[in-house]
Amino acid sequence: MDKHLSRSDGISVLEIRGLGVAYASESGQLETVRDVSLKIGRGEVYGLVGESGSGKTTLARAVVRYLPRNGRISSGSVLLNGIDLLRLSPAEMRRVWGAKIAMVHQDPSAAVNPSITVGEQVAEVARIHLGLSRGQAWQKALEMLAKVQLPDPGSMARRYPHQLSGGMLQRILIAAALVTSPQLLIMDEPTTSLDVTTEAVILDLIRDLLEGYETAVLYITHNLGVIANVCHRVGVMYAGQLVEEGSIQQVFKHSLFPYTMGLMGCVPRIDVVKRGIHLNTIPGFIPRPGEWPRGCIFAERCPIVEDACKDTRMPLVERAPGHLTACRRWMEMDQVHLAFGIKDKVRPELNRAPGSTWLEARDVKKHFGSRPSWLTRALKRESAIVRAVDGISLRAQAGSTVGIVGESGCGKTTFARCVVGLEQPTAGEVKLDGKRLGSTWAKRSPEILREIQIVFQNPDASLNPWHPVGTSVGRPITLRGKLPRSELDLQVRQLFRAVRLPEDYTSRLPNELSGGEKQRVAIARAFAASPSVIICDEPVSSLDVSVQASLMNLLAELQASNETTYLFISHDLAAVRHLSDRIAVIYLGQIVEMGSAESVFAPPFHPYTEALFSAIPIPDPDVHQERIRLRGAVPSAMHIPSGCRFHTRCPRKVGGICEDHEPPWQDAGDDHLIQCHIPLQQLLAMQNSNADPNAVSVSAEP
Amino acid sequence: MRVVRPWMRLGKSASTVFGFLVVFFFLVMAFIGPFVAPFKYSDQILAERLQPPSAKHWFGTDALGRDIFSRILVGSRDVFLVAGSGAILAILIGLLLGLSSGYFGGLLDEAIMRMMDVLLAIPPLLLSMVILGTVGPSRVNVVFVVGVLYTPMVARVVRSVVLDVRTRGFVEAAKLRGERSTYVLLREILPSVLPPLAVESSMRFSYAIFLVASLGFLGLGVQPPSPDWGLMVGEARTWFSQAQWILLFPAGAIALLVVGVAFMSDGLRRMLLPEVVNAG
Repeated sequence: MDKHLSRSDGISVLEIRGLGVAYASESGQLETVRDVSLKIGRGEVYGLVGESGSGKTTLARAVVRYLPRNGRISSGSVLLNGIDLLRLSPAEMRRVWGAKIAMVHQDPSAAVNPSITVGEQVAEVARIHLGLSRGQAWQKALEMLAKVQLPDPGSMARRYPHQLSGGMLQRILIAAALVTSPQLLIMDEPTTSLDVTTEAVILDLIRDLLEGYETAVLYITHNLGVIANVCHRVGVMYAGQLVEEGSIQQVFKHSLFPYTMGLMGCVPRIDVVKRGIHLNTIPGFIPRPGEWPRGCIFAERCPIVEDACKDTRMPLVERAPGHLTACRRWMEMDQVHLAFGIKDKVRPELNRAPGSTWLEARDVKKHFGSRPSWLTRALKRESAIVRAVDGISLRAQAGSTVGIVGESGCGKTTFARCVVGLEQPTAGEVKLDGKRLGSTWAKRSPEILREIQIVFQNPDASLNPWHPVGTSVGRPITLRGKLPRSELDLQVRQLFRAVRLPEDYTSRLPNELSGGEKQRVAIARAFAASPSVIICDEPVSSLDVSVQASLMNLLAELQASNETTYLFISHDLAAVRHLSDRIAVIYLGQIVEMGSAESVFAPPFHPYTEALFSAIPIPDPDVHQERIRLRGAVPSAMHIPSGCRFHTRCPRKVGGICEDHEPPWQDAGDDHLIQCHIPLQQLLAMQNSNADPNAVSVSAEP
Repeated sequence: MRVVRPWMRLGKSASTVFGFLVVFFFLVMAFIGPFVAPFKYSDQILAERLQPPSAKHWFGTDALGRDIFSRILVGSRDVFLVAGSGAILAILIGLLLGLSSGYFGGLLDEAIMRMMDVLLAIPPLLLSMVILGTVGPSRVNVVFVVGVLYTPMVARVVRSVVLDVRTRGFVEAAKLRGERSTYVLLREILPSVLPPLAVESSMRFSYAIFLVASLGFLGLGVQPPSPDWGLMVGEARTWFSQAQWILLFPAGAIALLVVGVAFMSDGLRRMLLPEVVNAG
């Protein structure tokens, strides 16, 4: 696969030498990037990967000399084609920005000017840096919009940012960045805020576009899968330092640094079933700036640490051609495999008979704006109806997990909120153990309320910032029945132990905890009410990979010991598969495919599920994925397409029938249901011809 | 990493320190003013009418021969009593209305907030003149007027915080474990309301000082012979061409205290709502 070969021809476009960055803070100078050196050649895509707080964005900002006011470059040099950027005057720097270095940011909606048409925003770059006239610049802009595959550039260019979706805006930004054919392009998590299907399309675009340019690219992301997909070489950052660098093959297949190896093990894989595997975790935390150890930066968490590691820091040394590592024990990497338990640990099988239905949702609908406020009615205004959830029925057996997966805006969170009673469903009912529940929380008795608890997506908002976390966890216990202080303390401590938090954390305030720790407290609080059902609404998606892994393990363990029923909601198919027994795939407020985790992840798929699969960036350079891409964005829930809701984007659309008739439910056996017009045999044949059924449309090349 | 306590941030800004000192000074004077003042505020020494500032009378004397310095010191009690009580009244009513309006929403919210809009729509001075003209000027009535006029601002601030906080996970989690509304309001939501409320309160206080002074100036507030600063400015108008100090010193006292409270409120904002300052 030549895309993974370095295209560097020896001349580096960007060369960073011993770069250090420090921030002035209330407690003195804090070093956040230390002694980073790297080179990026012409036409090369260099991936910089690391968890939050590893200093990758700071590094990028230092390269373009765009640090916040309290930041300063403390050492080193940055050479762009041999010119030291750090020595340029601000006026000279302005000619470099935009013309020689371009940047694409994470949040496209924040990076565009909302009051200027998108075409003008691209044309502006051409006018200023290429010196084109208005007319020429506009032509150039249209040309660029066509290049980033925006349909109908002529009319698209005249639109304002709010009329475009996130994926389209990101294309605009890429177009603006490439107008000048810059020497260096910095992409800082360009697809992180996008849906997985949109991300796949943008990644394809980036890969194809860069073929035609000689631009050197610094690609920053936390997603190993994305790196494996678009980059030639990769550098792994940890706590402000580059700890490993090499080609994709070298780093992903023969990693020479323990942290990289641990990180790979943390990523849930879509080809492994729930009960089979326990995700690896890396113990401990990234050291904070200002608390860096004297020796190797990873020493405290390293499974093969020895005394020498703690005393002196190893520089990055080339151990194989083009493969650099900062580990002194790089020869002994196979020991890391053992220590991180990369041989899959098998989770204890639950000896649970197929239980009875515990939680049932029947035809739940939630339409927003359907009951206009009295003011709207008084003014006889028409109100638009948003059909967020449009008839979802599902059952969860006691002690099992039902995974709900779909893109953002598909109604999965609204459905969850209807189940717990935070939203009043427009129609339908929720039953717990056969008993119908009140439509909102206010209509449910405290005893019933306690049965269903929820873990929210955002750990920062889910804990009261003014209450010590021990109080937050203790409160549900007190509500269950008054206890003497000492007994309560004991139970709170027990819960803290169960979620693997130190017991002395009980008196801390939430802002003294990290995101992962806060989410552990939130999980402890949910379990403190001793519920029979817990709804996990994207509980790990705002967290770092290594933290995600340990939380998902924790959720699985707690479920096993408490026999709790989970509704696990996520946009991440791999995470859903990892925890779920049954999976429901949702599109525009309705379920399109449902079945056991194994059956949903094997053909026949619903075409939407198939597309979701093929969109996941897999962190393995040897895996070949079928490219099935969805056109456009999810339609608005205000104007739901007729017939099959998916027909506007379906790559397997058969014709008029899809537009006119709602597809029937087809049973693929073993309670695996697919809502599609295409006969299952035919679907199976199409999907099998593309992929090996056992490997989930993923096949490994020898 | 050394944690920097919020109140330590206060000492870093000179204007904040200045603000706190000014407020503290007048607050102390409000208690001990009559005892440290060189003269009794109502003592009329007709022989020493309209004296310019001197060693004996630091700020000079007014048309009735009263020592202005003493009157300003003693007058700070009225400022704190009237403007302070008015602000506190507004804060209490505003807090109550804002909490229930934001939390319960619906028709109650509409009713409360439209009422507040009505109050905001009428020019404050006009409204207070109408009220005081009807019920008659007195300390208690001025407090009442300040309370009524400033309730809407407080209610709005409180409501906006409640609207933000009530959709947070911790409030929803509290509802879902079966807490009563009073617990949710007082234990879960109220703590988040307090810091912005403290900032708003100090701002309301500074505006209240203004309003009370304006009313005094117009003769609708505290009645003579009370040493109210606004009243003193009002009385000094007649003599301004001969004796500027009668007007300048009480006016300066008003300005000093208002600026002091404003600086203090600014410091409070920086201490209690750092994210607001950083975002701005």
